[in-house]
This record gives sequence, structure tokens and C-alpha cells, in this order.
Amino acid sequence: MMDILSRLNNYTTIVVALGAAVLGMISGVIGSYSVIRKQSLIGDGVSHSALPGVVLAFMMTGNKSTEVLLLGALVAGILAAGFIIGIVKNSRIKFDSALALVMSVFFGTGLVLLSIVQKTPDSAQAGLSRFIFGQVSAILKRDVYIMTIVSAVLILLVILFWKEFKLFSFDPEYAHTLGFKPMRLNLLLMLMTVFTIIIGLQTVGVILMSAMLIAPGVAARQWTDRLWLMIVLSAVFGAGAGVIGAFSSSLAEKLPTGPAIVVVISIIVLISILIAPNRGLISKALRRRKSKKGWLEKGVKGGDII
Amino acid sequence: MNPQLEIQLIAIFIATACALPGVFLVLRKMTMMSDSISHTTLLGIVLAFFIVHDLSSPFLVVGAAAMGVITVWLTESLHKTKLVSEDSSIGIVFPLLFSIAVILISKYAGSVHLDSDSVLEGDLVSAPFYRLELFGVSIGAKYIYISLFYLILNIVLIAVFFKELKVSAFDPMLASVLGFSPILLHYGLMSLVSITAVGAFEAVGSILVIAFMAGPPVTAYLLTDDLKKMLFISGGMGALNAVLGFQLARFFDVSISGAMAVMTGVTFLIVFIFAPQRGLISIALRRKRQKLSFGMLNLLIHLLSHENSEYETREAEHCSLANHLHWHEGYARKIVDKLIIEKLIVVENGILKLTDTGRTYTSNEYSKIFNN
Repeated sequence: MMDILSRLNNYTTIVVALGAAVLGMISGVIGSYSVIRKQSLIGDGVSHSALPGVVLAFMMTGNKSTEVLLLGALVAGILAAGFIIGIVKNSRIKFDSALALVMSVFFGTGLVLLSIVQKTPDSAQAGLSRFIFGQVSAILKRDVYIMTIVSAVLILLVILFWKEFKLFSFDPEYAHTLGFKPMRLNLLLMLMTVFTIIIGLQTVGVILMSAMLIAPGVAARQWTDRLWLMIVLSAVFGAGAGVIGAFSSSLAEKLPTGPAIVVVISIIVLISILIAPNRGLISKALRRRKSKKGWLEKGVKGGDII
Repeated sequence: MNPQLEIQLIAIFIATACALPGVFLVLRKMTMMSDSISHTTLLGIVLAFFIVHDLSSPFLVVGAAAMGVITVWLTESLHKTKLVSEDSSIGIVFPLLFSIAVILISKYAGSVHLDSDSVLEGDLVSAPFYRLELFGVSIGAKYIYISLFYLILNIVLIAVFFKELKVSAFDPMLASVLGFSPILLHYGLMSLVSITAVGAFEAVGSILVIAFMAGPPVTAYLLTDDLKKMLFISGGMGALNAVLGFQLARFFDVSISGAMAVMTGVTFLIVFIFAPQRGLISIALRRKRQKLSFGMLNLLIHLLSHENSEYETREAEHCSLANHLHWHEGYARKIVDKLIIEKLIVVENGILKLTDTGRTYTSNEYSKIFNN
């Protein structure tokens, strides 16, 4: 018992857990909107698209510091999101096809740039592709600060534009007729999503980031029909999965943190789908059984009358 | 055969093989399923490896393809609960399976060279090193035959089941009324996608499989409304991208698979801008033309309805027209000029008047609109 406690009470573990918690929280909040708007896979798309930005930022500055690479990732992510919106708006191509196309082409461009960088003799370029595949256990205190600040700004924006985002997410046409500019709201939400993805990218990586944007929102959706409650629950689920994942990976041998977090949040989704009141599968099955029984009894009575 | 040519051939076969089933993915709005499958096949490979303990066993491909189908099944089951939307189901299933694969690798296969990096870029450059020998004679790179097999498999299956695939892509209800099982077709198609994806990612890496499966069909989608033509254009585009990409990579000495993805983007962008009917330019031109012809007809009908009335001076005065109709000065001038050139109106004492041809033309158009 003491051994477990001392393992958990270790500086690195606590920083990692804190980072995972902040990231889980903010992606839970922002991801809820993507889930509602049926654009959940945007996280996957944007995070893959960040690669050319990361490499280009390094090529232009020769600098491998987090800030420079993040900026590159951000620019590439925004560009990719812009392309996706532009393609969907100006042609009959659907969102999913545009997403797949843009993300894979951006990623390919990143690989081309990477192969150019790798020809240079110095070894400074090592680990560039690692940047977008992330390593949770490498979270530093400074990263946690950056995440916390960005998350605070994003949450402030969510509160400020609460009414607009809510209306826009559920009924964009109605929002338009009321005089809100759907294009601007779309861009703002997209931008906030890209920010969330980018701060998470280098710590948790591409695959985990797409899961973190989707799973907490999906789990929270099962428990409630109210948006604010869904977002709060989603933040709690995201943060909880982050903490549990981080702790369990420090307890178990050779358990990578990122995938552990994904497994935890997936279990939360599964449980929510099964046992959530009203929407959950179990409560649905019970309801069906009860109404079947009710009808049978009525049927018997009907038979009596005849 | 020279190794460069061999790589080029492999690239063409793989790109074309991916572009064909991709058409149906795009039409069924399931493009992101290829992303999902190309990630989860890693779990299939890992599990198969645990069984056979041999990284070069063909059994790994079988495991990967089976995992692709399992991915589709899990995603559909999640979606069928009606609690999770389709895109979210994809986004929950594949990170989970991929994470399990990563955990298994780091826990039990740490010493084996089997990591997510190696599925990232594929290994086209070294393909010519593995030769296929027949009666002791080398008859070319092994992978040429493998990739050719994938291409032929796709062509044959799509040709044989063309009618079924067509109906079920556009009208699943009709397909099931006609007696084709949509579920069977769906899983058949998805197995084909998985097998092709597995075959392709050995060569080009998992992410770029998506470029090959999504890029050419989406490009073809902008060029035609005919499924057969779309398949041909898509296949051709795939081959074209492979050729251009490989030459680009050779010229600049960069990543081959990356360059092919870049060319996929470039050809798409060119078509997106210049396509005859759905391109950006032709859409913009069409809008401009429609705006102009709408304005012209508008003015003609306006003039007709006020012709010889007491307000004609006010309604049809040349210099105040733009102001009167709330049009931009330039727009109004363009319309008046165009109508004068076409001899539909004339200016008399600063008043716009319909000519005889103009009057007949306008009343014809008017009755076309209102009397149907």
C-alpha cells in the first residue's frame, strides 16, 4: 500500500496527471460541440494536418522549442480546417471526404518536408515526427501552464458565446435567420477546436487527441439532454480519464500513458451507454419489457370482455 | 527490370487498386472508415503476430484484414444503438483498438521491431530487394506481383458486383427490395477495403492509404455524374498521381509516398478550380452570368409594366435608374449597355424604351415565368 502511494506521490506522476486532467477537461468541453455538430472526426483530421507546419517551422527557424513548433502546428491546423470548410462550401463534396483528403495530403506534405530535413547532417531534426505522436509521460510543468492558460481562455469564450454556440450547434439555419453570422461562428468554433487539438498534440499525440475530443462528449450525452450539464459532465469524464490513465500507467509496468487514457475513457463510454438512465441500453430494455408486460395484461383483459 | 521502374509499377498498381473501392466509400459517405481501418489493422497484425511469432508470415495480412472487418462491425454496432452518431462511433472505436495495439506492443513485444512508426511511411524504396523466383530464376520484385494481385482483385470484384454495388450505394432500400442483401454487400465492400488497405500500407504507410482511397474518387466526383466514368477517372487519377508523385520524389530526392500524396492534393486542387461544371471558376462565371441575365430580365419586365403609363418618366429615367431600382451604378450601366447592344431597348430623351423586338421578347419571357 505504501509502495503504491509513494509511486503515485511522485513529482513526474503528479505533473503528468495534472496535465492529462487539464487536457481531458478542455477537450471534453470543446469536443462536446464537435460531437453535437457531427464533426467529431475533425480532431483526427486537424491533428494529422499539423505535421507539415511543425516541420516547416523547424526548417524556417532551425529552432525546436515547443513554442515555435506549436505555432507551426497551429498555422497548418488552421489552414487545413480552412481548406475543409472551403471545399465543403464550394462543392458537393461531403465533410468526411474533404476531411480525409485534406488530412492525408497535408500529412503527405509533412512526410516530404521531413525527408528534406532528414538529409541535413546535423541531428537536431530528430524527434520532429515524435512531436505530433506525442508522449504523455514527457509533460513538463511549463506545458501544464500553457495548457491551463489556453484552456482558461477557451472556457471564457465558451461562456461569452454560450447562447450563440448553443443555437448554432443545434440549428444553424435558425441562428442565421436571427441574424447571427454562421460563417463567423463556424470559424470561431473551428479555431477553438484547433487550439485545443494543438495544445494536446505534443503531449498526447494524434490518436489520443481524436479520442479525447469525442469520447467524453459521447459519454456525457447519454446522461442528460441539457447542453450545460453535458459539457460539465464531459469535462469531468475527460479529466477523470486523464487522471486515472496517468496513475494506472505509473502503477503498471510498461503501460504507456496515452493509450491507457484512451482505454479508460472508452470504458466510461461503454458504461454510460449501458447504464445511463432513460437513454441507456439497460433502461431501454427494462422499459420495453415493462410495456410488453403491460400490453399483455391489457390483452388478457380485452379477451375477457369478448 | 530496373528497380526504379519496378517501384513505379508498384506505386501505380497500389494507387489504382485503392482508388477503385474508394469510389464507393466516397459515395456512401464512409471515407473516414478507411482512416479507421488503416489504424486498427495494427491490432490485427499484433494479435496475429502473437499467434504465429513470425513477422514475415502472410498470416499477419489475414489478421489485419479480419481486424478491418471487425472494426466496421464494432463501429456499426455502436451506431445501431442509436445513442452515438456515425462519425463519433468511428472516433471511439479506432482509437481504442489502436491504443490496445500500442499497449500490447509495449508490454509484450518490446524487443520486436513492430512499432507505429514503421506503419507510418511504408517501405516502397526497399521493395525491389525482395525478388520473386520461379524455377530458380528471378522474375522481378515480389511486391509487383502482390500489388498487381490487389489491383486485379479489385477490378474483378467490382466488375462482377457492379450492379449490386451501384444500387446499394445510391439506394440501399431498393437494393434490399430487389433481393441483394445490403449487409452482405456492405461487409463485402468493407472486406475489400480492408484487404486493399493492408496491401497498400506495407508500401505507402497507413495515413497515405487514405490519400489514395479518398483523393482520386473525390476528384472524379467533381468531373462526372456517371458511376462507371467515375470509376475509370478515379483509377486513372490514382495512376497519374503515382507517376507524377514518383517523378517528383525522384527529382527532388524526397519521400516517395509523401510526394504521391502531395500530387493527389495538387491534381485535386486543379480539378477543384478548373473543372468544367463544378469547378470554382465555372461556378463563379455561371453565377455572374445568372446575375446579369436576371438583372436584364428584371429591367425589361419593369419597363414593360410601366410602358405608356403616367409614371413612365419617373420609372424609366435613364440617369436615376440605378437609384430607383436600388442597384449599383456599375451593375445598372452594364445591364443597360448590354440591352442596348442586343437592341432590346433604346434611350429616347433620357427615357428607356422597349424596342419592338424587346417588347415581344419580354412578354414571351414573362408568360414563360408566370403562365408556366
